[in-house]
Amino acid sequence: MDDLPALTRAALDEVAASATLAALDEVRVRWLGKKGALTEQLKSLGALAPAERPAAGARINEAKGQVQVALDARRTALERAAVEAALQAGRLDVSLPGRGETRGAIHPVTRTRLRIEAIFREAGFDVATGPEIEDDFHNFEALNIPADHPARAMHDTFYFPDGRLLRTHTSPVQIRAMRGAQMPLAIIAPGRVYRCDYDVTHTPMFHQIEGLLVDRHVNFGNLKSVLHQFLEAFFERDLQMRLRPSYFPFTEPSAEVDMSCVFCSGAGCRVCKHTGWLEIAGCGMVHPNVFRACDVDPEIWTGYAFGMGIERLAMLRYGVNDLRLFFENDLRFLRQFEAS
Amino acid sequence: MKLSLDWLRDWVDCGLAPAELGARLTMAGFELESVTPAAPAFAGVVTARILAAERHPRADKLQVCRVDAGQGGEPLQIVCGAPNARAGLITVLAQVGARLPNDVAIRAAKLRGVESAGMLCSARELGLSETHEGILELPADTPIGQDLRELMRLDDTVLELNVTPNRGDAMSVLGLAREVAALTGRPLRSPAGAAAPTTTAATFPVRLDAAQACPRFLGRVIDGIDNRRASPLWLRERLRRSGVRAISPVVDVTNYVLLELGQPMHAYDHDRLQQSIHVRHANEGEPLELLDGRRVELTSNMLVIADAAGPVGLAGIMGGARSAVQDTTTRVFLEAAYFAPQAIAGRARRLGLSTDASQRFERGVDPRIGQRAMERATELLVAIAGGEPGPIVVTEEAGLLPVRTAVPLRRERLQRLLGTLPDDGVIERLLQGLGMTVVRDEQGFTVTPPSHRFDIAIEPDLIEEVARLIGYDTIPEAAPTRTQNLRPRSETAIDEQRVLDALAARGYHEIVSFAFVDPALQQRLYPQLEGATLANPIASDLAVMRLSLWPGLLRAIRENQHRQQDRLRICEHGVVFQPGTDGVREVTMLAAAFTGPRLPEQWGAARETTDFYDLKGDLEAVLASTGRAAAFSFIASTHPCLHPGRTARVLRDGQPVGWLGELHPELVAALDLTYAPQLFELEYNIALRVEVPAYTEVSRFPRVRRDLALLVDEALPFSAIRERVTSVAAGLLKDLRVFDVYRGAGIEPGRKSIALGLIFQDNSRTLTDEDIARLMAAIRDDLSASVKARIRE
Repeated sequence: MDDLPALTRAALDEVAASATLAALDEVRVRWLGKKGALTEQLKSLGALAPAERPAAGARINEAKGQVQVALDARRTALERAAVEAALQAGRLDVSLPGRGETRGAIHPVTRTRLRIEAIFREAGFDVATGPEIEDDFHNFEALNIPADHPARAMHDTFYFPDGRLLRTHTSPVQIRAMRGAQMPLAIIAPGRVYRCDYDVTHTPMFHQIEGLLVDRHVNFGNLKSVLHQFLEAFFERDLQMRLRPSYFPFTEPSAEVDMSCVFCSGAGCRVCKHTGWLEIAGCGMVHPNVFRACDVDPEIWTGYAFGMGIERLAMLRYGVNDLRLFFENDLRFLRQFEAS
Repeated sequence: MKLSLDWLRDWVDCGLAPAELGARLTMAGFELESVTPAAPAFAGVVTARILAAERHPRADKLQVCRVDAGQGGEPLQIVCGAPNARAGLITVLAQVGARLPNDVAIRAAKLRGVESAGMLCSARELGLSETHEGILELPADTPIGQDLRELMRLDDTVLELNVTPNRGDAMSVLGLAREVAALTGRPLRSPAGAAAPTTTAATFPVRLDAAQACPRFLGRVIDGIDNRRASPLWLRERLRRSGVRAISPVVDVTNYVLLELGQPMHAYDHDRLQQSIHVRHANEGEPLELLDGRRVELTSNMLVIADAAGPVGLAGIMGGARSAVQDTTTRVFLEAAYFAPQAIAGRARRLGLSTDASQRFERGVDPRIGQRAMERATELLVAIAGGEPGPIVVTEEAGLLPVRTAVPLRRERLQRLLGTLPDDGVIERLLQGLGMTVVRDEQGFTVTPPSHRFDIAIEPDLIEEVARLIGYDTIPEAAPTRTQNLRPRSETAIDEQRVLDALAARGYHEIVSFAFVDPALQQRLYPQLEGATLANPIASDLAVMRLSLWPGLLRAIRENQHRQQDRLRICEHGVVFQPGTDGVREVTMLAAAFTGPRLPEQWGAARETTDFYDLKGDLEAVLASTGRAAAFSFIASTHPCLHPGRTARVLRDGQPVGWLGELHPELVAALDLTYAPQLFELEYNIALRVEVPAYTEVSRFPRVRRDLALLVDEALPFSAIRERVTSVAAGLLKDLRVFDVYRGAGIEPGRKSIALGLIFQDNSRTLTDEDIARLMAAIRDDLSASVKARIRE
């Protein structure tokens, strides 16, 4: 029998010196395999006296066990190192940008319109629409604006050769909604409108939203309330509001709606021309002639109507200072509305 | 309307500061647009007489004047450059120590060696005029040494107020004074002097041939006037503060009366009128030369003032050139007529005119103010230009004059419309303050408006007056009481927000473009269609209504390319205007365009140009939101503006609902685009109609996949293969994927290789190998026979 402790030491040294899993496996075969040097030691037991065999066998197995433990420990260490190395090699630059498409956006005018629609829908208003090419009756006459009425001068109208026109406001939708409908009625009518005017503060196409509520006991106080609530809901803040007497042929009484300036809270600034107020809407109680044009009895029903410019609301909400930007479709402008 | 507060004070003393008065008027419906001083700040300027003026010894254009500024002692020596400086002239002197506008200080100075003790001033130097017409010339009877601000009452304020079209009655000092009196409770005064006595019997005959349109005409001859005189300073100043230029006594007086009382007047040169005046409708095509030299052609619905030789004025709008008053005119015929608004409204606008007179007549002039206006004009004219007034001749059809009828005002309606009800006494007092006659009755009141209130015809008009005078601010906001009203929420309606959000999530920016487009571009895109053309477009490239959203998208691509943005994913949602059976059909569309590189420039993906299938993928994603992706098919087609080999008609259940394709290369070149845009357009309401999801059973048995590679003709569409495979496999085919399409080496020309992944599954059992082998054999046989496919093993 060879010197068992020396063999064991040699085996343990080789285990410790193995740098790779493959080398470690060779060491295992060399020492503990079927023909391994330590396994071979067991074959020499036959040469010993039977009385000595159990003790010698136990020593050899103990040596094998000792080497096996060392092998396992070494394998675990080498495996962990291999994983470590693979992870190290697989390291990424997480600061590089991600792959694929970037986000687009809904146009600010649409975004504003959808927001207004959502606010009114929650309050029980339906969204109504109407044609953009209108006739004189719906755009003017039924709204109590007969031919040659001075108020027509306020509407620079686009005409077609056959006398039809591009609607100058969303008010004709009121007429279409009321004719043949059951009262009570609560609608808002958003949409494109057209006026023949193009300068720093006018574009020939823009967007309005019209509101109409008809019921048995609708009054001016209700109108004030709905407008004030809407403005506070839209701007998400407390606001002062005032109504000034004004004139629209299709409402009586009529009013212009001012709200406290959202930029200076009424203290006076460039945007509100130092008045503290911003003109934001027109409104009034539905004129009996409009009711009559729609076969609605003004003795039974009363109603309020209001109209607002969507671009105006969008400009105030998002701080856009030039109306024309909405129609230039400059990607650098549109990108600013990607938040959703 | 510009309102001088000094002038207003003649009529009512409101006791309010200008800003406060402006605020009160604003809240009463007369929106204050600006508050400006009648003259800029200056001090130390007095009236002075030039005693002598001699040429400056060392400057051709200067004169050395000796000036009496009323302080006694030696005359002052002033050097002056104005050519109108002359001995005897009364003008104004900025004395040493005076301050002129813009902080100009006047000091004693030497001008080319000659001492000057101040400066003679022009109107422009004092901020009273824009034009430079030499030094100010004051009337010969002006006292010397008087402070100019006091003399001209320059410490005045001008309010600019916006008068709404229903309030023609407020377009005058008197009209606004009535409002102020009603708002403040102060009394209305009348500043007019005594009526000038009639000193001649001269008259001029007038006949009303269109008495509906002109039921009342006041005329008066004034003989022996001197129209070469200048109107007095105070009158010229009031005109100036109202934005009207002084011209001659006759014109100035008629303008003054118009501004003060709201009655437009006209003065004719009596000696140039022939025989008599008729108020009649114009003959169709009748020519008339107006005061301003413009020649217009009249239509039969226009009203004219004519004499025996033809029209001498466009009634209520502008006088004619033939009978216009001149410097040499000595005899005038004054007109103060009432024209019905319907006879005037819109006429001026049709001729491209808008005058102070037409603005008032089309809104309504008090039919009873004529007499007062005529007296006022006479009083002023005689005082300024002398003359002998003849009697006022009233020609009228009294029965045709407008009558203000009594309007009931019920308490119940007031309460119902406003949500608040003032006391009877308050209502009565407020309405009476506006000159209305108020009679109480059972239900409330019966109210008769004064002759000047054309706008009060029905009950709500009175309710507005009450609301306006108590102040809209005093009407409490009242939220309606809540009622429970849960309504069905449609699940098949298209949710616009979701459609646009889905596109935004895929990188699309929504645009909004004008609904009128460039006719030339649209013609190129749709040569066989005619868009609705505007009669009065704002610009030639915004003249025709869009037939499609593509012209707008292409314009946006082009404009962004000019801004160095050439990778663009954009979409638009809106109506287009297509020719329909009766006129124009408005159809709501959703369209998108994709151009430039497939992905934004990035390190992790190759730079490739977008193609048809990129946009098709986005389109399919949009269509999938209908819940019926399988209902859509794409068939090769042609469209005038798309690449003929890259165009698909989009069908839903076999019905056309849109187009998809690549812009025609000729158009790409013509529009100078860097990349060919891929485009789609869908009929929004049909293509995107949503179906409510309906559950179908999910199989619990395993799926089996088999791959199949086919060689087919290049022209064979994939859809034909899919159709055959689907038909043969009956219900067992759960999915069919194309995982490769190959042409080139190893494949004969004119053929292509298509690799399919077929997924089979049964709902009731596990498919056996034999089942699958039978199915695959049937599919192979069918494809060989039906579409001449060769199976690649």
